[in-house]
Amino acid sequence: MRELVAIFFGMALVNNLVLVRFLGLCPFFGVSAKLTNALSMSAAVLLVMLVSSTVTWPIYHLLLVPHQIQFMETVIFILVIAVLVQIIEITIRRTNLALYKALGIYLPLITTNCAVLGLAFINIHQEHTFLESIFASLGAGIGFTLVLIIMSGMRERLEIADLPHAFEGTPIAFIIAMFLGLAFLAFAGMIG
Amino acid sequence: MRYLKKDFIAGIIRANPIFILLLGLCPALAVSTSLDNAIGMTAAATFVLLGANIIIAVIRRYIPKQVRIPVFIVIIATLVTIVDLLLQGFAPALSKALGIFIPLIVVNCMILERAEAFASKQSVGRSIMNALGTGIGFGWALTLISLIRQLFGTGSLSLFGRQLLTIPGLAREPAIIFLFPMGAFFVVGLLLALFKWLGVSNNA
Repeated sequence: MRELVAIFFGMALVNNLVLVRFLGLCPFFGVSAKLTNALSMSAAVLLVMLVSSTVTWPIYHLLLVPHQIQFMETVIFILVIAVLVQIIEITIRRTNLALYKALGIYLPLITTNCAVLGLAFINIHQEHTFLESIFASLGAGIGFTLVLIIMSGMRERLEIADLPHAFEGTPIAFIIAMFLGLAFLAFAGMIG
Repeated sequence: MRYLKKDFIAGIIRANPIFILLLGLCPALAVSTSLDNAIGMTAAATFVLLGANIIIAVIRRYIPKQVRIPVFIVIIATLVTIVDLLLQGFAPALSKALGIFIPLIVVNCMILERAEAFASKQSVGRSIMNALGTGIGFGWALTLISLIRQLFGTGSLSLFGRQLLTIPGLAREPAIIFLFPMGAFFVVGLLLALFKWLGVSNNA
């Protein structure tokens, strides 16, 4: 149990996907301008991460390893993620139209979100067990959500700030991402 | 012929994938800690970009419109697997340094965007020129970021084991923060502001 908690917080805070591992930067800068968009995006990412790591782990260990075709992992994983995103999109559209409208175009975009594929690779390369990989993806998704919400809150405030013209928009977003990264560096000593 | 030149130039500055379109940021920020990494990453990404553009431009008339994105992704993933295995075999040190970001070229939005917006509509010749131009644009941007981060982060510049330049005071007490993730955000933020100030880009 202790290890599971350590993995969860390790993925959420210490090795935060966005700020430390540089995964999922496109949505981090793309949809963090407004808080509502950031919330929809991170909900979608969390869902897809959880489902995709639940599916990719058995595929790797029960299908690729016995047949010794581990080198096919890139092709197989991206296909699995693309199919999963499609299935989730159809299911949500049939069952919950309000949620479907809220997630909008963010759901299909997750296929090319490197955080999802990256997490699948991390789970394999760090030799997580099935339960560990579930906790790792939960932590990663929560970490992604946390950072996206903080970032969009800061960017909403920056909208009304008086900035030098050259820094308006994306450049200042990178600068505040640096400060956010510095703040998250403080977690580094938390879990060995 | 006129088009070929225009397609080639486009990716270098006006439609630079990193500084103007903000595509392919993850590898650009993550591996830009040394010049070796920058060159290795550029070579790998350009190979995949070029291969994908050629294949897609050749078979573009036979891809059903509804399933074109999955087809592009499978083509790109196959090329990425080739690069990954080649690097593991012939350049194990580089492969280790770039790590997970080699397989992640699959989801590099720069490559998928070029496939969707350019190679699926244009001739093979124009797609090759566009891929080369975009690759060079990606390359110089990555090299510039790596140059700054390596110079300030280690106080010296080296390329494939050869020492190019050492700054006496800085080498003893380097500003290690430039090698940390925060340093990457800082350098890219300043460069984006610089290009905006110079009037090269006007993205919001």
